[in-house]
Amino acid sequence: MSNRSIVALKVLAHIACLAPVAWLVVHLIQNNLGPDPTATVTFFTGRGTLRLLVISLAVTPVRRLIPQLTWIIRFRRMLGLYAFFYGCLHLLTYIWLYAGFSLSTMIDDITRRRFIIAGLTAWALMVPLALTSTTWSIRKLGGKNWNRLHRLAYLSAIAGVVHYWWGVKPGVLTPTAITVVLAILLAARPVLAWWSSRNRVPVS
Amino acid sequence: MLKRKTNDIPYSEVTPKSAYLNRRAFMAGAVAAGAAAVAGKRIAGLISPDKSVHADTKLTTVKSPLSLTGVAPTSFQDITHYNNFYEFGPSKDDPARNAWRLKTRPWTVSVEGLVKNKQKFDIDTLMKLRPLEERIYRHRCVEAWSMVIPWVGYSLSEFIQKCEPLPSAKYVQFISLDDPSQMPGLSEVNLDWPYSEGLRMDEAMHPLTLLTFGLYGEVLPNQDGAPVRIVVPWKYGFKSAKSIVKIRFVDKQPHTTWNDSSPEYYGFYSNVNPDVAPQHSQKMERVIGASIFHQLQPTLMFNGYGDQVAKLYTGMDLRKYY
Repeated sequence: MSNRSIVALKVLAHIACLAPVAWLVVHLIQNNLGPDPTATVTFFTGRGTLRLLVISLAVTPVRRLIPQLTWIIRFRRMLGLYAFFYGCLHLLTYIWLYAGFSLSTMIDDITRRRFIIAGLTAWALMVPLALTSTTWSIRKLGGKNWNRLHRLAYLSAIAGVVHYWWGVKPGVLTPTAITVVLAILLAARPVLAWWSSRNRVPVS
Repeated sequence: MLKRKTNDIPYSEVTPKSAYLNRRAFMAGAVAAGAAAVAGKRIAGLISPDKSVHADTKLTTVKSPLSLTGVAPTSFQDITHYNNFYEFGPSKDDPARNAWRLKTRPWTVSVEGLVKNKQKFDIDTLMKLRPLEERIYRHRCVEAWSMVIPWVGYSLSEFIQKCEPLPSAKYVQFISLDDPSQMPGLSEVNLDWPYSEGLRMDEAMHPLTLLTFGLYGEVLPNQDGAPVRIVVPWKYGFKSAKSIVKIRFVDKQPHTTWNDSSPEYYGFYSNVNPDVAPQHSQKMERVIGASIFHQLQPTLMFNGYGDQVAKLYTGMDLRKYY
């Protein structure tokens, strides 16, 4: 993949990640987000976060399975940062439209509601990852440490999915799809590692 | 930006629009008819059917002192396109999309259990039993959104008196229709069907508890619980069973669907209570139809009906009996 194609693809990826936010802002201004706009924004940003997180977690297994696609690693940082961006919008939705910036409401929720705790955990786990997303950080931390730290992305995604399940009414199965995809991606890592170790020629 | 007020359409203007709600059912028939009739002219007529077909949907009502005053009801569009009716699917727009499958005629409601007059009531008889009243009520969903709805019906107590329950009857149970051929949500949502709800006898006998047949002066649209539902305005919406086929008088607290599913979240009583909130916070509610930055308003104890209903619960620990 030539550098020029990568740049072109990156522009497209930025557009793909930002277009939904633009759509949301336009509809917000037009007051056209349905009967319950707060809920619309909540689900829109929440699902966006989880989807982007899961897509970023798909990069490694896809590269392992399809060697011709190793270049997609160059998109992972961007996807992760967009996941964090959507996560921040989701958190802002809560702080602004649900809690009305009331600290006591937020403390009450954090101490009593497990779905809020799970969601906040998912967001908080992304913070160190966003902060260490620069090339400078990778160099500073060293590849090995950096990789270890960035495994927090798995925990964040798991916490996010748990937050989704705990947030919807019992009996509602809408979080199933994202849960299955995440489970496959998490299981793919040990499976692919085992597979490649089996196929490696033993060193005599 | 965001100039639209909560309800800027006087509902007298909204009412006639309901005719288009039956469009889906009409279209279903139209597919068969359309296959035979090739003429385009006729198809055009089917796509926007003549409103006179639905002239019988208007109800004659009298005003009620139990109605809220000075509040504008939520728009007919939102009441009929944003609600929970899991028998038609788990999303808020599923009922509006799928409820055309529901056949509300013929329909019978059977009265069972500890009652003198075990009887099956035809829906049209039931509707004519008492004069229909318009009751404008607040509606509060456990998901923390709220509406103001002009229901049409008469007090359930008047019907219960007709049934003559035995002194041993302490609770009333409501069973909703459970027919997968009409209700695609039954297989999609993991709940123990049929939907079952219940009230203590004194709650059922309270004049606010409404046996409901209509909305906005017309027969209930399918997606809002046609042809007959109850409305208990001081409780979370799920307590108000829809599309009722059985009313059973019993001596013990009946099982109720959401309580079966998650007793830690949904109690038998489920009175609107801003201070008790096992899952989501119930302190505030989002007003449906309001613009996004003006949606939040504080939730009132018993949904604002405390003066009328608090006495039903004197001496009860509402934290325990949530």
